[in-house]
Amino acid sequence: MLKVKLGGTLVNKAGGRTEFEVEGANIMQMLRNLGRTCPELEPMLQKGVSVAVDGQIYRDAMLQPLGPENEIILLPRMAGG
Amino acid sequence: MPLDANTPDLRTEFKSVGTRPNRPDGVDKVTGRARFGADFALPGQLTGLILRSPHAHAKIKSIDTSAAEALPGVKAVITYKDIPEQEGCDKDVLVNIMARGTALYDGHAVAAVAAVDASVARKALKLIKVDYKVLKHVTDVDEAMKPDAPVLHPGRFEPVDFSTLENAAHVSGKEERKTATRAHSNIAGRYVFGHGDPDKGFKQADIIVEHEFKTEATHQGYIEPHACTASVSSDGMAELWVCTQGPFMVRDVCASLLGMDVSRLRVTPSEIGGGFGGKTTVFIEPVALALSRKAGKPVKVVMSRSEVFRATGPTSSASMWVKIGAKKDGTFVAADAVLKYQGGAFPGSPVEMGAMCAFACYDLKNVRIVGYDVVTNRPKQAAYRAPGAPMSAFAVEGVIGEIADKLGIDAIDIRLKNAAKEGTVSSYGPTFGPVGLVETLEAAKAHKNYKVKLGKNQGRGVASGFWFNFAGNTCVSINLNVDGTLALALGTVDIGGSRASMCLMAAEELGISYEDVRAIIADTSSLGYNDISEGSRVTFSSGLATIKAVRDLKVKMCGRAAKIWGIPEDAVKWENGAAHPAGSNAGNFPPLSIKEIAAQASATGGPLAGHYEINAEGAGPSFATHVCDVEVDPDTGAMKVLRYLVVQDAGKAIHPSYVEGQFQGGAVQGIGWVLNEEYFYGKDGTLQNAGFLDYRIPVCSDVPMIDTVIVEVPNPGHPYGVRGVGETSIVPPLACVANAVSDAIGVRARTLPMSPPKVLAALEGVAASKA
Amino acid sequence: MSAVHVSTNINGDDVEFVCRPDESLLDVLRDRLGMTGSKEGCGTGDCGACSVELDGRLVCSCLVMGAEVGGHKIETIEGMAQGDKLHPLQQKFLEHAALQCGICTPGFLVAARNLLERNNDPTETEVRYWLAGNLCRCTGYDKIVRAVLDTAKDMRKAAAKSSAKKASAKKPAAKKKAAPKKTAKKGARHAA
Repeated sequence: MLKVKLGGTLVNKAGGRTEFEVEGANIMQMLRNLGRTCPELEPMLQKGVSVAVDGQIYRDAMLQPLGPENEIILLPRMAGG
Repeated sequence: MPLDANTPDLRTEFKSVGTRPNRPDGVDKVTGRARFGADFALPGQLTGLILRSPHAHAKIKSIDTSAAEALPGVKAVITYKDIPEQEGCDKDVLVNIMARGTALYDGHAVAAVAAVDASVARKALKLIKVDYKVLKHVTDVDEAMKPDAPVLHPGRFEPVDFSTLENAAHVSGKEERKTATRAHSNIAGRYVFGHGDPDKGFKQADIIVEHEFKTEATHQGYIEPHACTASVSSDGMAELWVCTQGPFMVRDVCASLLGMDVSRLRVTPSEIGGGFGGKTTVFIEPVALALSRKAGKPVKVVMSRSEVFRATGPTSSASMWVKIGAKKDGTFVAADAVLKYQGGAFPGSPVEMGAMCAFACYDLKNVRIVGYDVVTNRPKQAAYRAPGAPMSAFAVEGVIGEIADKLGIDAIDIRLKNAAKEGTVSSYGPTFGPVGLVETLEAAKAHKNYKVKLGKNQGRGVASGFWFNFAGNTCVSINLNVDGTLALALGTVDIGGSRASMCLMAAEELGISYEDVRAIIADTSSLGYNDISEGSRVTFSSGLATIKAVRDLKVKMCGRAAKIWGIPEDAVKWENGAAHPAGSNAGNFPPLSIKEIAAQASATGGPLAGHYEINAEGAGPSFATHVCDVEVDPDTGAMKVLRYLVVQDAGKAIHPSYVEGQFQGGAVQGIGWVLNEEYFYGKDGTLQNAGFLDYRIPVCSDVPMIDTVIVEVPNPGHPYGVRGVGETSIVPPLACVANAVSDAIGVRARTLPMSPPKVLAALEGVAASKA
Repeated sequence: MSAVHVSTNINGDDVEFVCRPDESLLDVLRDRLGMTGSKEGCGTGDCGACSVELDGRLVCSCLVMGAEVGGHKIETIEGMAQGDKLHPLQQKFLEHAALQCGICTPGFLVAARNLLERNNDPTETEVRYWLAGNLCRCTGYDKIVRAVLDTAKDMRKAAAKSSAKKASAKKPAAKKKAAPKKTAKKGARHAA
């Protein structure tokens, strides 16, 4: 089981829930299962999110492996100047 | 891909990296030979000009182009009808490049012409008749959030009802509760970050400081206006030469807006005359392509400076409330903030990033930030160097400055006491890896500038700043030439000397001379997809890909040496620009230099090249601390920056001169933001200062030398430890200068810019309250 | 509008062109003569990216009409290097990394050369005020000012060397040209 925390707007979309437990071996699977667990999040997940894994922010690396030991935080998609 | 055995994961000893050679594009740029966006010309090209709305908000009842079309020399006139909406395109970008039914801001494009020369094109613009019905407008972020404000996009955004928010999972800040209780429809998004319980945290505080702050929109102010030349032939094949931070983005977005196959459009980036985030989207490019498609001839479109100000991205203006509680010893116990950023006529202000950066420098147990993305009748904001971060840092660092003053604690000491470090749970969620904020604070404290004695009306300010840094899609090719020199093809536009850095990294990795590598920026048909040059990602991402592409090439060159010697491939190692037998067991062969391998390439299996494609991750954040001394003239309110120090973590400085240049340039842009720069709107909602005379960016005589200290806390995500450096440097200056002014004359500036009349008024206020 | 025929001299070469009366010298240089080294950053004389010398005087070429340069001498960035030998300022700009994007660089170089021709020993403040009519958004000006000051130092050394040589050859010392007093520079340079 992965522990996934939500940040930013995502919390509002999930009806105030900030933490989820979902299955998944990588970011893609985690996001897919999260969308099933919380369908309200699906539109945001489709739009694109960033995922912080142990402090490292991933924007697109869907195949990044995940495990129960990881700190996983969903953040809004970000861009720079 | 295998690394050769003698390459450590994180290199710490360097020969080329860290030196300061002349840049490869340098001679072209000092002789005027370098070709920028407006320097391209094609035979038979037409001049394209764009007609823009003179109103801040207006219904477009009709557009009559017949008289313009009839003018001799006019080859095409287009309106939104010539750019029909394509399935799946970005509707906001489509509407922004050409108004569809409603003009949403002063300067919004309404029609465009292509004519034989500029004189005819100007006449044609005057002949286009647009029938407007002027609507009520709003340009201020707080005004736009009021329930009775004119609504820009009726029905588009879910109305936010403040009365319900108090019971929501994240109770909003004070400002939110007091503003209103009715629904608002210009709010495109509401974002919440933080952890712990600020309300409880504030109860432990010995001192609480809270204030409201406002900053005006500022423009990126690149000296080169947007320019492009488009050529679309009758079979739909198209070429575009353009100054942009992202040629692949331009290609994909234009193809999507115009309904073209991506393969039909080849985009060649010119040299770019500054971007700072402002050239990360499209404005004139799809218009030029549409004009060329209709006219059947090449069309060149170059913006005037006034168009750049009116119709391209400034950054957001912001209205903020920040509250911080601290113990007597300076330990922060709680922090709370509400940030409202207007992003112009479309959603997408950088308020989320502003919210995430606001308290990122500090280790806080109880923190909450609520952000609002608000639309107004202004041009659509575009990214500007650390988008969103300078404004929230201005408010937060200002409050921290005041707490330090009130507690009598040194400005650097209070930051050291609360500084985020490895293992700190950041205010936006993730836990930090190795970061260098403490190191920048310590270096700033030790610097000679921090010890200079100040005179009358002089003051010193300190502020810190944070930026995430990004990585992203990157693709690099390196080709071994017949004489052993190398051609390095990059897909990230070089804004500030990155070709030099790439050549240094390639030379380092190969153990050859910097001069033996030539780097070019490839067009979109010559190299795989690369993300935009943005987010301080180029030296990190393209550098990483260059190093990995070179390693790919080294493996191949070692393979050739193995074949020549008749030994196994893993018995060959690369060292000092040559293949060597890996040990005495491998055999006793004299080394094969890169030149020798290159000369035999054809005979030993064909051309040699290295490639690397990656969606890079692992760009480490960069923290900075700035220290500034100012002198304020109490009679005029004018101020002079006496000294300015930038200390920033670069991870590893590949070409230190250009790292310093990023530090200095960002600092001076920030100084402009705090002293002079602002978007100034008239009562009619039109921009009043669309030129460099009235929108005053810092000139040479406004600033002193900018002292720099490069801190190097290696980023474990890069083989040489590189962190991006381009953006963090603009985050601290707003608060840094404001804190210095406060130290000088006891006036706390909470509204930017702090132009002389404002400083003078504040000074008179202080004098009056004392009298 | 009928076109105007103009005979002028650019970077030492006699040049003839025709232009419309509403074209600026910058338009002529860039669009008619293909000399795109001078840049247009504003078109209103505020950014200095189009700086050229007109009869030795520093001007913004966007504020000079093309039709009025007949019989005058114009120096642009394209004439700054002599063959393959860079002007000392060009060399120092490279060594000091005094450019990032490079769009303002031609204007800065033309303006800085004009300063050093008048005054080969400027103070930092004099350099900063002289270059206040040239905008740079990338560098924060630090490295540009250092490059100009460093060039001036080298030029003085070279001048001292050559005058010492001349003195040792017992030739009469060259008349020292007095550096003209600088007045309100920004106003002066913008008046065509």
